[in-house]
Amino acid sequence: MIGCPEITDKLMTLDQAVSRFIQDGCQLAIGGFSIARNPMALAYEIVRQRVRDLHVLCHSHGQALDVLIGAGCVKRLEIAYGGNGRYAPTCVRFRKAIERSEIQFEDYSNFQMSLRFLAGALGIPFIPARSGPGSDILRLEGFSPEVRKEPKVAHKKYARVQNPFSEDIDEVILLPALTPDVSIIHAQYVGDDGTVRIKGLTFADIEQAKAADKVIVTCEEIMPRSFIREDPDQNCLPSFFVDAIVKVPYGAHPTACFNFYDYDPLHLNMYHDLARDDRRFKEYLDTWVYQVHSWGEYLEKVGVDRILAIKANPAVGYAPGLVRK
Amino acid sequence: MVEYSDNEMMALAAGRLIKDGAIVFAGTGVSMLAATAAKRIFAPAAVIFFESGGIDPSLSEIPMAVGDPRVMSGTAVNTGLIDAFSIAGHRRFHTIAFLGAAQIDRYGNLNSTCIGDYHRPVTRFSGSGGSCDVASFASEVITFIQHEKRRFVEKLDYLTSVGWYKGFDSRRKLGLERGGMTAVVTNLGVLKFKEDSKEMYLSEYFPGVSIGEIIEKTGFPLDVASAVEAAAPTARELLILRQEVDPQRLICHV
Repeated sequence: MIGCPEITDKLMTLDQAVSRFIQDGCQLAIGGFSIARNPMALAYEIVRQRVRDLHVLCHSHGQALDVLIGAGCVKRLEIAYGGNGRYAPTCVRFRKAIERSEIQFEDYSNFQMSLRFLAGALGIPFIPARSGPGSDILRLEGFSPEVRKEPKVAHKKYARVQNPFSEDIDEVILLPALTPDVSIIHAQYVGDDGTVRIKGLTFADIEQAKAADKVIVTCEEIMPRSFIREDPDQNCLPSFFVDAIVKVPYGAHPTACFNFYDYDPLHLNMYHDLARDDRRFKEYLDTWVYQVHSWGEYLEKVGVDRILAIKANPAVGYAPGLVRK
Repeated sequence: MVEYSDNEMMALAAGRLIKDGAIVFAGTGVSMLAATAAKRIFAPAAVIFFESGGIDPSLSEIPMAVGDPRVMSGTAVNTGLIDAFSIAGHRRFHTIAFLGAAQIDRYGNLNSTCIGDYHRPVTRFSGSGGSCDVASFASEVITFIQHEKRRFVEKLDYLTSVGWYKGFDSRRKLGLERGGMTAVVTNLGVLKFKEDSKEMYLSEYFPGVSIGEIIEKTGFPLDVASAVEAAAPTARELLILRQEVDPQRLICHV
């Protein structure tokens, strides 16, 4: 791309990023949190390319995960929370897939999943934690012994050990590290030098990116080096962690992107309604994914009225007064 | 008499339990309303934070999810999950976690994972999120739950978050050095836990609610001997709740 000589080899389309880096059966970590900064444009492209058998990793996830599960892209899931807050206390297709035994799943807690990504990022094989003694998260395994033998699945859900530095009885649990094949995140800014800047909360996106073999970043804006290096305290990933960069304005819709736009309550409510019925959910995918040939076409469907309604006021980072029922 | 909704009464009843200066971990739904009400009405020096990483947001508008951009606005610090959980369990601070759940038992253990067999559930819920974590290491937990027999159960279908475990000192024996549930706030009243056995008992019933109804809707035996009627919301409390905390009536209305 003209004007970004440092990242010419990384700048690409959604189509290229998915076909180059996301293979059937790969282990995929999804960035964002419930209704915030989900890499939706990438998720839709994964669906469009009919990628299958994904092993998805996340902490608290919502919309992108639900679309991927509903479209049949996910075989296996390690997760702490599948929900969209008020707009789906439990994500609908996630719920159906588990109730119908359509996916293999393993439950952890949010802190446990975040620590597992951190361990992967640090290059250590496991990490101690104090979450969950007495809980069924530690008593019950979601994955079968057969699944536990598969590549990139930990042989055990966790281990319990005595603190080797204490003479008192002090048990901690050890959690296996996660090293996803690919992490996908949506950021507000990427510099024309490839540096990533996330505004608002980072959730566990940085740990997820650093733990992965490959990282795809979609962003609202590509910024000149002069901007991104003027205030480097706000940057969170240097360029060399990033393998693909796709500029996709509104690329997290219908989830929120702090300082750029709010979540879209109308769309999330519509989704929640349609997702409950298999046939109508297919219609949703046809309308919003399969029959959409460009991101511009998607945004045309969303419509100018919605785009204006959810536009964030940069003084507060969201859309004040947005109707959120 | 002033009219008010269940969620308004629950939020105010929980808000009254928050001491000024407390560090409050808020989840979604009523807990968001209660945390905001606590800060605006009862404990102005309280700090509210979210597991997603928003520390002390302005909360000019009520967030609808823990990832809502409103939890990132006007904050002291914007960070991520690992930092947020490091605060929840920090040895220096008295932290109070507001949680919700699908089921609760007499010892305040919570289920937010499933109904039926874990592997083939009849109903699947969202899962722990950060609930299991903060139940493990926050200084206190206050739980919000609708008072129904199917929710107040003898035995949980899945134990997502540990309360007082099997009662008495069983929680401490698990290696959980502090914490435990201090109150359960329902649409009918406030329940607390006995000093020694850690069994749930009825502490307060809300105005207009009969103790009989609470017993009827609790799936295990409940000691109601010391229950008293809770104070109704005052006009001032409701005004702040409606005009400042939730002017769009997103959570207040139910």
